[in-house]
Amino acid sequence: MRLSKSAKSILGVITGLVLLFIYAPLLLVVVNSFNSDKTFGWPPKGFTLEWWGRAFESEGVRSALVTSLWVAVVSTIISLVLGTLLALALQRYRFFGREAVNLLVILPIALPGIVTGIALNNMFTTILGVPLSMWTVVIAHATFCMVTVFNNVIARLRRVNSRLEEASADLGAGVFTTFRLVTFPQLRSALLAGGLLAFALSFDEIIVTTFTIGAGDTTLPIWILQNLFRPNQAPVVNVVAVVLIVVSIVPIYLAQRLSEDSVGVRRPAKVAA
Amino acid sequence: MSLNTQQPGTAADPGTRPGTAAVPRARKNSFSALLNRTPRLRLAALLTAPAGWLVLVYIAALAALLITALWTVDTFTGKVSTTWTFANVIQVLTDPVYQIITLRTIWIALAVTIIDAVIAVPIAFFIAKVATAHWQKILVIAVLMPLWASYLVKAYAWRNVLASGGLLEWMGAPLGVASPGYSETAVILTLAYIWLPYMILPIHAGFEKVPNSLLEASSDLGAKPLKTMRLVMLPILVPSIIAGTIFTFSLSLGDYITAQIVGGTTQMLGTVVYANVGAANNLPFASAVSLVPIVIIMVYLFVVRRTGALNNL
Repeated sequence: MRLSKSAKSILGVITGLVLLFIYAPLLLVVVNSFNSDKTFGWPPKGFTLEWWGRAFESEGVRSALVTSLWVAVVSTIISLVLGTLLALALQRYRFFGREAVNLLVILPIALPGIVTGIALNNMFTTILGVPLSMWTVVIAHATFCMVTVFNNVIARLRRVNSRLEEASADLGAGVFTTFRLVTFPQLRSALLAGGLLAFALSFDEIIVTTFTIGAGDTTLPIWILQNLFRPNQAPVVNVVAVVLIVVSIVPIYLAQRLSEDSVGVRRPAKVAA
Repeated sequence: MSLNTQQPGTAADPGTRPGTAAVPRARKNSFSALLNRTPRLRLAALLTAPAGWLVLVYIAALAALLITALWTVDTFTGKVSTTWTFANVIQVLTDPVYQIITLRTIWIALAVTIIDAVIAVPIAFFIAKVATAHWQKILVIAVLMPLWASYLVKAYAWRNVLASGGLLEWMGAPLGVASPGYSETAVILTLAYIWLPYMILPIHAGFEKVPNSLLEASSDLGAKPLKTMRLVMLPILVPSIIAGTIFTFSLSLGDYITAQIVGGTTQMLGTVVYANVGAANNLPFASAVSLVPIVIIMVYLFVVRRTGALNNL
């Protein structure tokens, strides 16, 4: 199919406009975090660093940041372990129910967050009688973060030659020695990429978090939601939103750089592969 | 895989000094040897923790949700009472208030899906088939990055865009276009914005699967670009487009945060679920409401299953 020059440039312009449409609202938040006018009308009236200073001094923001980091780190560690085990099991073995397990790992992100959220909330509070806390958030996050690690590790395992492992075993290495010296080094960057994605996913998750967090705890997204409708907090909310954008996009960028086959949780073309 | 279990793996383990801690090593190796001899046991060791976690945490929670929808709340104590009843489900299905909210939610999800499909097809086509290899890489990352920016921040960004005196009003003023303010239209716009990358990526992957030789053959045989698009590309693309709609549709169906942030008084199914978990403290009713999007998504998945879209997810 040969497109005329003008057809190509029209498509190019559309693509440019769509990208502008994708990035403009995010840039607006960044600009507004430096906007000296508290009503945030457009165009901005002046430049200030006051809101950034205030955000750093805010006790609420700081403790929410610590909570978010803690939840994201613990969930990432759990997902790394569970996701790797699952990927090894599904890639190296054929067994009854393998397809079902494959579907099972995708389910927590395929269903809307509200379903996952209320299902877990209901199980903790009504069925088990467990008080909601940071640990219930970690359990919820690990459940849907597992898939990012799983996807990255299984994509890597597909390309790694399993004969190396057999050779290692034939040379007398035990199962754990083979994993430590042969399998793990080949997985390292896939694990890092999957872990970064899991971290980013957990760090800014809001829906499942609102349903599973205890009354006294606040993550950064929860903090935003609580302060969103308070006009005098608006400037600080902008700053926190910028922090969320940066903390979620930088790990993604790194993960992309780390492994060519880095697979996003919802990078749809590859999720169910 | 053959293995001589009599020789511990010191040869492949240069870090271990021979002779150190002989007893624990021997014990560890016998377990390792047992794993080596029995692949079933190895599989069980790998699978138990993650599959157990997913079943115990997630499948159990979904099953419990279904059961809770059939329970009720004691009006005096406010506690969930395990009396079996279909009252919640019946109320959700027959009360006009919930019927309207269900229809509105479906309408919003449909509108979002259509808008995203219309925007995504040309841009995905440009990235996959027109842009040079160098630009392709950059454009894919440019589309992918904001996919990962917080959902909450994106909704919040649109609250800024739509604010009175905000960017959209400023842009619309010379054209005589008014900003929709915080309304149902705003919810559709914002959700279309948030889920757009989920539509672009599978369609882009679909375009990449169309071989260029096929397009050249079509044009050599005299088809104009639009005809090639309709007769050659579209049939190959349908599963990818449907894969994209699964995301935009099902994700919009469960939304409540966007409705809360830019929707003004707009109520969606998610809003009702959230209100019944929090303020109204009626988990059985919230569970019953949440079954509506689950059933709709299941039906949708069932309908599109035959198109092969599920393999494109």
